[in-house]
Amino acid sequence: MKLNERSVVHYATCDSPADHTGFLCKRMERHHHNHHVPSYQRRWFILKGNLLFYFEERETQTPLGLIVLEGCTVELCEAAEEFAFAIRFDSSGGKSYVLVADCQVAMEAWVKALSRASFDYMRLVVKELEKQLEDAQRSLAASHKSPKKLSSGRKRHLSNPMMISIQEHPVILENGYSTWDSSCTHAEMASSDLSEGFLKPPPLPPRRKLIGSAVGGAFLAGSASATQESPVSPETTCFSKLHNWYGQEIAEVRREWMERKKTVEIGTH
Amino acid sequence: MRYNERELLSLSRQPAEKAAEVLMRAPKKGSALKKRLVKLVVNFLFYFRTDEAEPIGALLLERCKISKEEENVFSISFLEEPERKYYFECDTEEQCQEWIEVLRKASYEFMRSSLIFYRNEIQKMTGKDPLEQYGISEEARFQLGARKL
Repeated sequence: MKLNERSVVHYATCDSPADHTGFLCKRMERHHHNHHVPSYQRRWFILKGNLLFYFEERETQTPLGLIVLEGCTVELCEAAEEFAFAIRFDSSGGKSYVLVADCQVAMEAWVKALSRASFDYMRLVVKELEKQLEDAQRSLAASHKSPKKLSSGRKRHLSNPMMISIQEHPVILENGYSTWDSSCTHAEMASSDLSEGFLKPPPLPPRRKLIGSAVGGAFLAGSASATQESPVSPETTCFSKLHNWYGQEIAEVRREWMERKKTVEIGTH
Repeated sequence: MRYNERELLSLSRQPAEKAAEVLMRAPKKGSALKKRLVKLVVNFLFYFRTDEAEPIGALLLERCKISKEEENVFSISFLEEPERKYYFECDTEEQCQEWIEVLRKASYEFMRSSLIFYRNEIQKMTGKDPLEQYGISEEARFQLGARKL
């Protein structure tokens, strides 16, 4: 099987971050019937993502070898040497690589780093953070809904925010566009090594609508409608857009309050 | 460079994130478009002859560029040699766009950047580092490394 070896070799020593580095002794894989005492070679190791590279020397530019860390476990092992551990693969006959660290601290650091090197581990962490971001956005939305409950009165007041929202549509679009620009810049900075065409992190799933027992049906319908019409919704992953959206919502609430105040004054006359 | 080929072959037999039969051309001179089964598993794109169980080759999708070429065609090239392109011709334009989208997100480095992005957004909203509760906030894996300019 051919590998895009030149690219892999380049990746080994390019400026993308290494997750762990250090010297380890690697047990030689020689097979002789009479060879009872295993021998070890001291090598410079670089862990990047799910790939463990090893080099003749620290300064060497081309790795001697690569271990792809998918489908393996990392475990301490009983060897003549202290501070030894093994990378064991479940498939293909249970092959394992025995490595020896210089000291206890180094061994523990390597075992920890290698245990979390798989692609699926990173994927799980990303999914967890996606979920937490969604939860944080939801609780922020909930805290902003509280003031609105106070102003949920007559039906015609609910229609006003929607009309105002429509009238201000160009302004919101402009703000949304501007925010989007800054978002892209931020994302691009964070992802400078990613391939061209990277626009944004993976989208969050649509937010489930919360049903508040204290909220009237009319308010809920109005709220849902307003959310659907807004070009910048709280489902976005970008905090600055979210912040801007809630700024708009607060402005609407204030307008609504002023309208109600005016109505009361008219009633007085 | 030696590598654990048997384990990589075992990886190629794992369920794919995405797989399809396409026409593929390697960056060698005079290379022709050939029918291949391509299969994305984690950050590796394996390619097979359509009737064989073992892949002919694999591309590690790190520091690569996925480009739209002419209709139904996209290419993969690597940052250190941008002119050497692997070409892939799909059956439809829609399939082509699907592959481009998936491949642009296939690398470990993309995953890392997404994680850092989410971590920063959560920290801005809640004032707390979401990784601290798991005791992994200090790991090198979750930081942006120093970059040469």
